[in-house]
Amino acid sequence: MGYSAFRILKEAITGHKGWKPVWHKAEPLPEYDIVIVGGGGHGLATAHYLASKFDQKRIAVLEKGWIGGGNVGRNTTIIRSNYMLHENEAFYEFSLKLWEGLEQDVNYNAMVSQRGVLNLYHTDPQRDAYIRRGNAMLLNGADAQLLTAEGVRKMYPFLNFDDARFPIRGGLLQPRGGTVRHDAVAWGYAHAADKRGVDIIENCEVTGFDIKEGRCHGVQTTRGRIGAKKVGVAVAGNSGRVMAMAGMRLPIESHVLQAFVSEGLKPLLDGVITYGAGHFYVSQSDKGGLVFGGDIDGYNSYAQRGNLPVVEDVCEGGMSVMPMIGKARMLRMWGGIMDMSMDGSPIIDKTHIDGLYFNGGWCYGGFKATPASGYSFAHLLATDSYHETAKAYRLDRFARGYMIDEKGQGAQPNLH
Amino acid sequence: MIIHHPLLGPRDASEFVYLGDASLMNRPNPKSETAADDFYSYQYLRDNPMGEHRELWYHEQGDRSWLVVTRNTLTHDITKVELARDVARAQK
Amino acid sequence: MSLIDTTKTLNFTFNGKAYQGFEGDTLASALLRNKVRIVGRSFKYHRPRGIMGAGSEEPNALVEIHGAGTCEPNRRATTIKLFEGLDARSQNHMGTLNFDALAINDFMHPFLASGFYYKTFMWPKAFWEKLYEPVIRRAAGLGTLSKAVDPDSYDKGFLHCDVLIIGAGPAGLQSALNLGLGGKHIILADDDFRMGGRLLSETYEIDAAPALTWVEQTLKTLESLPNVRLMPRTAIYGVYDHGIYGGLETTTDKIGIAKPRHILWRIYANSSILAAGATERPIAFANNDRPGVMLASAVRSYKNRFGIELENTALLTNNDDGLRTDAAHIFDTRNGDYVMDVGGRKGVRSVTLNTGENVAANHLAVSGGWNPNVHLTCHKRGRPKWDEALSCFVPDTHTLPSDMSVIGAANGKFSTHGAFMDANDICEKLGVKASELPQTEDAPVKISAFWHVKGTKRAWVDFQNDVTAKDITLAHQEGFSSVEHVKRYTTLGMATDQGKTSNVVGLAVLADAIGQSIPETGTTIFRPPYTPVPIGAFAGTHRGQHFKPTRLTPSHKYVAENSATFIEAGYWKRSQWLAREGEKGWRDSVDREVLMTRNSVGICDVTTLGKIDVQGRDAGKFLNKVYVNTFSTLKVGKCRYGLMLREDGIAMDDGTTARLSETHFVMTTTTAKAGPVFRHLEYVRQCLYPDMDVHLISTTDQWAQYSVAGPNSRKLLEKIVDPKFDISNEAFPYMACGEITICGGIRARLFRLSFSGELAYEISVPARYGDTLIREMMHQGEAFDAVLYGTEALGVMRIEKGHAAGNELNGTTTANALGLGGFVSKKKDCIGKVLSQREGLVSEEALQMVGFIPVNPKDKLTNGAHFIPKGTAPSPETDHGYMSSVAWSPMLKTYIGLGFLKNGQNRLGEVIQASHLMGNSHVDVTVVSPHFFDPKGERLRA
Repeated sequence: MGYSAFRILKEAITGHKGWKPVWHKAEPLPEYDIVIVGGGGHGLATAHYLASKFDQKRIAVLEKGWIGGGNVGRNTTIIRSNYMLHENEAFYEFSLKLWEGLEQDVNYNAMVSQRGVLNLYHTDPQRDAYIRRGNAMLLNGADAQLLTAEGVRKMYPFLNFDDARFPIRGGLLQPRGGTVRHDAVAWGYAHAADKRGVDIIENCEVTGFDIKEGRCHGVQTTRGRIGAKKVGVAVAGNSGRVMAMAGMRLPIESHVLQAFVSEGLKPLLDGVITYGAGHFYVSQSDKGGLVFGGDIDGYNSYAQRGNLPVVEDVCEGGMSVMPMIGKARMLRMWGGIMDMSMDGSPIIDKTHIDGLYFNGGWCYGGFKATPASGYSFAHLLATDSYHETAKAYRLDRFARGYMIDEKGQGAQPNLH
Repeated sequence: MIIHHPLLGPRDASEFVYLGDASLMNRPNPKSETAADDFYSYQYLRDNPMGEHRELWYHEQGDRSWLVVTRNTLTHDITKVELARDVARAQK
Repeated sequence: MSLIDTTKTLNFTFNGKAYQGFEGDTLASALLRNKVRIVGRSFKYHRPRGIMGAGSEEPNALVEIHGAGTCEPNRRATTIKLFEGLDARSQNHMGTLNFDALAINDFMHPFLASGFYYKTFMWPKAFWEKLYEPVIRRAAGLGTLSKAVDPDSYDKGFLHCDVLIIGAGPAGLQSALNLGLGGKHIILADDDFRMGGRLLSETYEIDAAPALTWVEQTLKTLESLPNVRLMPRTAIYGVYDHGIYGGLETTTDKIGIAKPRHILWRIYANSSILAAGATERPIAFANNDRPGVMLASAVRSYKNRFGIELENTALLTNNDDGLRTDAAHIFDTRNGDYVMDVGGRKGVRSVTLNTGENVAANHLAVSGGWNPNVHLTCHKRGRPKWDEALSCFVPDTHTLPSDMSVIGAANGKFSTHGAFMDANDICEKLGVKASELPQTEDAPVKISAFWHVKGTKRAWVDFQNDVTAKDITLAHQEGFSSVEHVKRYTTLGMATDQGKTSNVVGLAVLADAIGQSIPETGTTIFRPPYTPVPIGAFAGTHRGQHFKPTRLTPSHKYVAENSATFIEAGYWKRSQWLAREGEKGWRDSVDREVLMTRNSVGICDVTTLGKIDVQGRDAGKFLNKVYVNTFSTLKVGKCRYGLMLREDGIAMDDGTTARLSETHFVMTTTTAKAGPVFRHLEYVRQCLYPDMDVHLISTTDQWAQYSVAGPNSRKLLEKIVDPKFDISNEAFPYMACGEITICGGIRARLFRLSFSGELAYEISVPARYGDTLIREMMHQGEAFDAVLYGTEALGVMRIEKGHAAGNELNGTTTANALGLGGFVSKKKDCIGKVLSQREGLVSEEALQMVGFIPVNPKDKLTNGAHFIPKGTAPSPETDHGYMSSVAWSPMLKTYIGLGFLKNGQNRLGEVIQASHLMGNSHVDVTVVSPHFFDPKGERLRA
């Protein structure tokens, strides 16, 4: 029995005795058709789409801890498709369209809320780049509007228009961008995948790949060997470490990105705002907390925590663009591990080992990619061909010179 | 973080700019037959270890030394700091 | 004996009503003193709530203080030091505090169980955003933030010490005393405005005198030691790498005073001692959130420290410590007595026991045992361990930050004697002889775990977020049995108190539901900050105009006098254009500046371009490595344009480099890349070619540099340059450079360079002469009607000449794309050469820079438009490139543009559409050579 208002009424009256686990705690079988390594958003989405859209059976998701404990459980919840390069824009727009139908698809309310994402600009070159970007968005069927400073002021009169070191000159608005209740995305996909018979196996850490004669036959885990015809790895943050077990070096570094949330406040900020002259972006959650972040700390790290200079840098950005937030109190700060790739764009590809597939390199943009990443990875795993919006995300693009470098920073991950 | 600069003593990490893996000091031979592959691996592929990592930091707000810092990427503990130039010379 | 000075009355208001408290009160104690029971409403059910604790653990008593524009939301009444004129208000209600319309939620509670919102509000699809979510958002949230600019000021400071001691209770004070007397540099920080910790709230004796006497004597000694810094009202909120601690000092809660409200301290400590004490925890039973149900320790605090007798108090405890509380009725769970329910919606009236007996009471003190404040031990991902005998988590020495020791109650040593012992032990470890142990109580911990009274009604675990025991068991029933899942599903421990009173109780309820022990179920870890920190404090003074530094050019004052409009170029402010009277808009000024320059002479400050001095025997060889073209062959006295690649083969920067002697070059970079290029050069020098004899220094700030451009530029300069230097075309041709003197002996450098395409020079003088030089040049230039021009005119002239600039050197373009493929020397290696040959970078489909002219000259071009072949529908597949720079050319009387087009250099003459879809503008443009003006370069060689 699915979730609905009627069901809630019934359960409320009968003391909530009828609720069943959102997903089952599966025990591993010795053999599957497809094993997904990583029970985060991307892995669970992959399993859901494999089962629901590609008619695959005998699927398992292996998670070393509890599902949704990676970056889908620690991000700033923003969804958007406001990219400049078609290779990215087409993909993220596909993702945004999947977000728009997600809740009905998985029968779980992840609170997809299209509140608008506004990127501020402060200089002429920034405006020019936003025009190029907004036009690319429209070319890909997304939505984009260029706002003047006056237009921005009408939306958010409380921004710093009068005493700014870098005055706001306008913004690029994507009205369909917004936020999603991040944990619920993992639970929703798990719920839907579980209903279609996917085994979600928690506390099962992969310790090795079973590779013979150039082919992957399964994985070794802390709960024994699990055979598989195909193995898909979706462990962003730990990609380097996991793929090293298959003998691969990746065009990826692991970095820490901090995020922050304030105490709950009555509604004051409708949409998402990104500052263009400092490292700061912010939205307000339904619970009232300001959820904000900035730049990565900038050094390789698996520590899941950051340091003070970046905390101060982010808050300086916040105070300079939104000077009302001084008295809002920071409640929690945390760090996630980012798969920072060499051009700032992700990888969804086969590897040189038959039967082993890789999904990673999401930088700090993995959350909003969750549906399209899962869909495209499922497409690749099921059909051995690339989904049309993800065909550029190849491992060999660096060797061949087809980088997808939005920021133009080159092979230095901490600048993307 | 605090980096113990070999010449200047303990300095706050925010004085430095980070580049990445110290293997970036080992620029391949451009005349080699495998130069294209060598440069690709050199420029794009990383060990990205969880644990000890030798990495390049530049003292931009200081004496402009490039340093090779040996730091644990899980604990952030720093066990060794060398002048990159000394390291580069020793490798020649 | 209390710590209240009843001779000093303080007036304050709560919800507009006037009250009086005393010096030494907190807002909470003053409200209790005035018998105010309801102080707030809970988050979800909007239940009436009273004061529960006496410190930073308080989950209920959150208030707003100060008036509208300066309103500070979500302040704990228990941590606000009362002051004259304090204006406080309750928050999170619709209507008055007593009659909150949203209290309807409390009656709806069966429908609002944890996670209810994940299961509904999905149909119809559009209703979530239009209806459900706005209602939820309005009901949620806590206090209100004024949307006005925060008027307060904040500051930051840095401190260094041998030992940072966190917490000034018995353990912290004793260790500070030992270490201070032992000569260590000590910082002792405590978040209370009064040091002493629990000693202030209990009635212990030390050395046969009241403990307060010992506290006062100890503080007196510490204050006399120059190596000790006492920091009351300073919360250590976070632990960071390598002995760095974050501290927040609250100097005052008053407003409208000159000094900063908060100081954010970054403390560098060789080691730290965590003596942060412990926090008492409640017990979950039905209606345990009624106003008047309080922590037993808080009841004692209010009595002993603040002198408030709470009338008719009952006590529920599972341990001996709770028995210290004065109570009319004592229910000890160890005797099988416990509380089933609490009556009195707006304040406790009665307590129902498990025997069914109803006992009249106005307050219920609860002690469920103590949790050591292990928070700071977890900030570097340490995990505490469960101590079964103490029924609490204690720090695990194996996972502590390596420079931290934990003592006293924070370490599970709950007696005062234990705290002193710990303090003395740690000092011996730090090499300081400990002083004699003061004699005091050493009560053993006697506790029998008791967490939760099962029943059908709601029993609160997380008071602020309204998480009940039933919510936790429901979460488990739905499969959320990892602690992290339960937290996320129920919001347990996510409120502003960060679960200080709720985490462990919640874990126990979960463990019980699963049927396993607490350590099997999980642990509790904490992230920074320990207590919430104002965002303004993290920002400090870096806001408004001081967000980032401002760099001014040497001509700043002069161009400001001449009505310059400034533009940000990184941290620089550059003159964008200089309006003259009668000009109607910026275009008028820019057109005039271009025309006057091209017709006679113009002057522009180009100091912001990076300047790097490159010296040494191998300087030429070094430049050969970093530039695609050859510099070792450049003759002394000559300049050369250079293009620099990143190792990945993409253009990094360009500029001219002059050779002043065999071993001395002066490189220029673009303004934006001055820093990164210098860093890159140092990397190449130190990391790649450490044996080259070459040295670098940035001289950007040392030289003021002006571009002097236009047919009369030489004539003007002849009036400036000392006569012994011949700057005629023959003696000083295009691309010449030299060290000269001007104005009668002032040292200068002259470069014959042209960005504008005119006969032009760049002249540089030591920065201190910059202002004088531009005034002198403009004075001498009067004869030629010399004009100052800004970055807009500079941009127009460079686009007319087809020079790439920042918009083209955007980090994705190759030498080929920029039309500079010919510059790449085939004879030598350089950084980026190998990878620039990759397939994707040399393919025919690759973008190439070309020029664009609208078919109709009046059609305005837009930077950022995409090129779509005529007759095709705009789509990613038909997108052939983008416009990167546009300008109105006053010389050519048309808009012109530079942009990148697939295979562009082979498409000259083609008409294509420049589509700015967002602006609904589609302009037909002809693809042309980017060299619009004087393509043969005759003017610059004149």
